Amino acid sequence: MHEIVNNSPRWPATNANASRLEHLSASVNWTAAILILVLALVPMAASAIGELYYVTLMTRALIFALAAVGLNLVLGYGGLVSFGHSVYLGIGVYTVGIMMDHGITNAWLQLAAALLIGTIVAGVIGALSLRVKGVGFIMITLAFAQLLYFFCVGLRDYGGDDGFSLNGYSDFGLFQLGDNNTLYYAVLAVLAFTLLWVSRLISARFGMVIQGCKSNERRMVALGFPVFRYQWAAYVLSALICVVAGFFIVNLTRYVSPAYMQWTVSGELIVMVVVGGIATIVGPVIGAIAIVLFEEFASHAAFGLPGNADAFIHEHWLGALGVVILIVALCLKQGLYGSLFKRSARRA
Amino acid sequence: MLTWNVLLMQVLNGLQWGLLLFLLSAGLTLVFGIMNFVNLTHGSLYMMGGYFGAYAYGQTHSFWLACMVAVVGAAIVGVLLDRLVAASLYSRDHLDQVLATFGLILIFNELVRIVWGGNTSVVNPPEMLTGSVEIFGLRYPLYRLMIIVVGLLVSGLLYFIIHRTRIGMLIRAGATNTKMVSALGVNIKRLNLIVFAAGALLAGLAGVLNAPISAIQPGMGEPILILALVVIVTGGIGSIKGAFYGALLIGMADMVGRAFLPIAMTEFFGRAAAQLTGPAIASMGIYLLMAIVLIARPQGLFGGRHA
Repeated sequence: MHEIVNNSPRWPATNANASRLEHLSASVNWTAAILILVLALVPMAASAIGELYYVTLMTRALIFALAAVGLNLVLGYGGLVSFGHSVYLGIGVYTVGIMMDHGITNAWLQLAAALLIGTIVAGVIGALSLRVKGVGFIMITLAFAQLLYFFCVGLRDYGGDDGFSLNGYSDFGLFQLGDNNTLYYAVLAVLAFTLLWVSRLISARFGMVIQGCKSNERRMVALGFPVFRYQWAAYVLSALICVVAGFFIVNLTRYVSPAYMQWTVSGELIVMVVVGGIATIVGPVIGAIAIVLFEEFASHAAFGLPGNADAFIHEHWLGALGVVILIVALCLKQGLYGSLFKRSARRA
Repeated sequence: MLTWNVLLMQVLNGLQWGLLLFLLSAGLTLVFGIMNFVNLTHGSLYMMGGYFGAYAYGQTHSFWLACMVAVVGAAIVGVLLDRLVAASLYSRDHLDQVLATFGLILIFNELVRIVWGGNTSVVNPPEMLTGSVEIFGLRYPLYRLMIIVVGLLVSGLLYFIIHRTRIGMLIRAGATNTKMVSALGVNIKRLNLIVFAAGALLAGLAGVLNAPISAIQPGMGEPILILALVVIVTGGIGSIKGAFYGALLIGMADMVGRAFLPIAMTEFFGRAAAQLTGPAIASMGIYLLMAIVLIARPQGLFGGRHA
């Protein structure tokens, strides 16, 4: 078995020109560009076949894709298994929800507040969690996520356990997120920008260092890198991407609820990253789309199976998801994108 | 408000809850210690214990038979789990283990829904344990007292096995240096199978013991799994001693916190503020405790190699 190319730290070539060329080619990811272009056609295709519901569905998929791309930064490139990234979705959701509840609909203000709170929370959680290595990190991030989950459940004024629904939309001044297509393109634009940014970040010095820590942290420390600071920064950045995803998802569902912060959401985000292809640029996007579509398909689609099999699958689709996850974990180490594209590309 | 009786009641409840958590954490921490394996399905084994018990109880109306069935059933599920899935994950990294066992949780929950439906099942405590008993002037439910006694007995038994028998010595050695023990000719896979099965057995026992107190329903394993994870992180991952003291600490903090933090909040901040934040703070208490422990000692209270 070969290692995924991105897994191993590639040090900049000694020749400055060669290095610059490599960076340029690395920062324009053609697969990602094609994927974004295809996704841009979705609203038109949906209106052509008269199924506008698909726009909402794909918006949901892309929002989770955004969150998965964020998680991939620490999980894939940093090798840090965070089991608590649903918290940051929740921070986006609750900040927007609470501000909206008090009549602040300005999206810029909402985003700024959400990112500020996200930075503080991720800063504290990251600084504490990164003290613990390996499996402890998994458990401690999960525990902190539970802590904030219960905090939000305890917000009696803001719906407590049940949550509350929103009346307004986030207003960017130039455009509002009320219209389905506007929301879709806004999410897509942010996703495209994030993919470009992440791919540049990963091939920059910063990305090299966090990938180096994944390969051999002790060696990085010996080389004199302030490993903790790099990992901390990566953790906060990845959290902030999830905060933005939370900002969008509350505009999509228009419902604020602690359900976004449940630990299973963190698990699903990990699943999306791994199913798509860990430590690849477009892998998390493909994984998120695959999982969201699978959920929709397995819980609603008519398979035309005999007897009550359809209803049975619709009711127990989570079990089917479990089987898929198990198979991916046991057999498909490189995920969908990694297995299908990377391997054929290497052969060519 | 803050009377001696209330305090004693909460301390006993905390002890009972802590010992129950220890039953779960013991297997979790040992499997991790030996095989470096993150087993999220441990909560599902607890759930299976509850369901096996409820099924047997529904058939026979005998609590003791329900306990037997739950313990044996959970152990069998544990052995199957180890052989069919977990064994192929031991050499993989933690991410794969987390992912596979997360998938297994979903599968277990749906299996339970398919077989027993989504409703809650009931197990009643046996006739002889329905009453209450007077301790220092406090009437305490006999059943909860029984859980405390069973928990202490199991803890004592575990202590004896781990510190005084050959297999216990191997387990301790395995948790300290797996490769060395393996090189000395011990079949480490079989050792782990034993630990895995024993852990499943204890999880099943916890599931059926807690059944008369809380509801049996699909997904009941997850909240307690997370508590068990908090316990072993606080106590020190891989350490059975850490799991014991961690479980008592967390169990006590959970119960006492739930009972007294809202009261304390009312004293200091007034009723309105306490009602708003009290319940939330109470649920958060154990996580704050864990955070404080980890700030002081990142490896946990009794942590060793894996910290």
